[in-house]
Amino acid sequence: MKAGSNLEKVLAAGHFAVTGELGPPRGNNAEEVRHKAHFLKGIVDSVNITDNQTAVVRMASWAACKLLIDEGLEPNYQMVCRDRNRIALQSDILGATALGIKNVLCLSGDHQRFGDHPEGKNVYDLDSVQLITVFKKMRDEGKFLNDKELDGAPGVFIGAAANPFADPFDYRVPRLAKKIAAGADFIQTQCIYNLPKFREYMKRAVDKGLHEKCALLAGITPLKSVGMAKYMAKFVPGMDVPEELVKRLQGVDKKAQGEEGIKIAIEMIQEIRETMPGVAGVHVMAIEWEHRAKEIVEGAGLLPRPVV
Amino acid sequence: MIVGDSKPLEEILEMIEGRDRVLVLGCRGCVTVCNVGGEKEVGILATALRIARKKRGLPASIEEATLERQCDPEYIEELAEVAEGYDAIVSIACGVGPQFVAERFPKARVFPGINTTFIGGALEHGVWSERCQSCGNCLVHHFGGLCPIARCSKSLMNGPCGGSANKKCEISPEVDCVWHLIVEKMAEMGRLEELERVWPVKNWITSRDGGPRRRVREDLKQ
Repeated sequence: MKAGSNLEKVLAAGHFAVTGELGPPRGNNAEEVRHKAHFLKGIVDSVNITDNQTAVVRMASWAACKLLIDEGLEPNYQMVCRDRNRIALQSDILGATALGIKNVLCLSGDHQRFGDHPEGKNVYDLDSVQLITVFKKMRDEGKFLNDKELDGAPGVFIGAAANPFADPFDYRVPRLAKKIAAGADFIQTQCIYNLPKFREYMKRAVDKGLHEKCALLAGITPLKSVGMAKYMAKFVPGMDVPEELVKRLQGVDKKAQGEEGIKIAIEMIQEIRETMPGVAGVHVMAIEWEHRAKEIVEGAGLLPRPVV
Repeated sequence: MIVGDSKPLEEILEMIEGRDRVLVLGCRGCVTVCNVGGEKEVGILATALRIARKKRGLPASIEEATLERQCDPEYIEELAEVAEGYDAIVSIACGVGPQFVAERFPKARVFPGINTTFIGGALEHGVWSERCQSCGNCLVHHFGGLCPIARCSKSLMNGPCGGSANKKCEISPEVDCVWHLIVEKMAEMGRLEELERVWPVKNWITSRDGGPRRRVREDLKQ
């Protein structure tokens, strides 16, 4: 075991893993974090805590992670390279693991031009691939990036993201391979809506044997409405929402669209699980819809979660 | 070249408010090439200032001069007799110009008439694009001749990120995803395998992050 996190154990035992996601509040409302966490308890193996996602200021990811630990859930600490240099990134992983955080997700981070402080200066001292190498070195060699010895190495299960739908498509699997070569233990993908394209991506990944080196988790986000589907298709860079999905949602009454979105999510999980070799689990991102996560995971036949 | 943008006329008028004798000072270097601070632009700005000041009933004594370069003390010296006689010198060179002029003539009040924007080149007449961030350790030959530091919004060494769509960067449809271009170019050259290398963490000490830079060339020093 590299970190001994629940997620690592679930995957090591050969179970189909389920991770969730929780966005910290835009304030210091700890109760809000506990409230959302309560919907995910027992439903997922670990919960990603986003790090100022879309470059909008929110409660620090590590702090929300700690609130989850106190509630008996396991967090995945998301860390972006946008806001911190190598000093702060290394310092934060030491602090986070000292607080009991065992999973980390290394990301470049959305550019701040999207967010609520577009006038800010960014950092990008490292990129996400380099961040993986730094954490791996700290964990496996007990050394800082500068080769100085650590007084206590961070045992951490290292994750990274992959977007099978960004361009150029032919380079997506090679880049995934690069993250795995850098030291990623698990990968969570961007939201999948275009299954044929994801199938092709997975085929190429499996052909390279990547699924044997790293756990690949497929990203699932339920569509709440036609509006959300159209917004994702049009405004979220690197998102691929096929027209037939939008049409399917349009085909039902407005009030039933959420229900339909959940049905779609369940069908997708089942299809991925049953027909795509090499997928080790799903990452269910029920954004601001944490209370519906259970329906999805249960509907997909993934409850109860294994105790390992 | 160093590329710049003219400051709005209103901003310059505000800077020189209450200053009667004004010199607009151009440079025959980069800013001449990018049509923002050469002799021609000195004439245009001086005329615009005269008209605007006249309209407001203000003194319109605006003189013009253009130096060979404003980043070289030997040319700045040409102003020795006159510089401190002006109430304002508006330098329309890059950011180096107003600093060199102010440093040489401590009593002169020097104002920047342009905003220095980037190191780049002309794509076509009237269109320039950023190409270099002067990181102090050029690696473009590894990336098909394209610079990921200057041209990727996140300066990724191991791109492209998940925001690359239709060859464009996630920040704007106006911005090319340089990593898309790098992948295409390397594929064309049959060098795609080289991109499998995990680029290690960059040493930024040669960049501005290592502090303000200074070069001493012993072979040239007198």
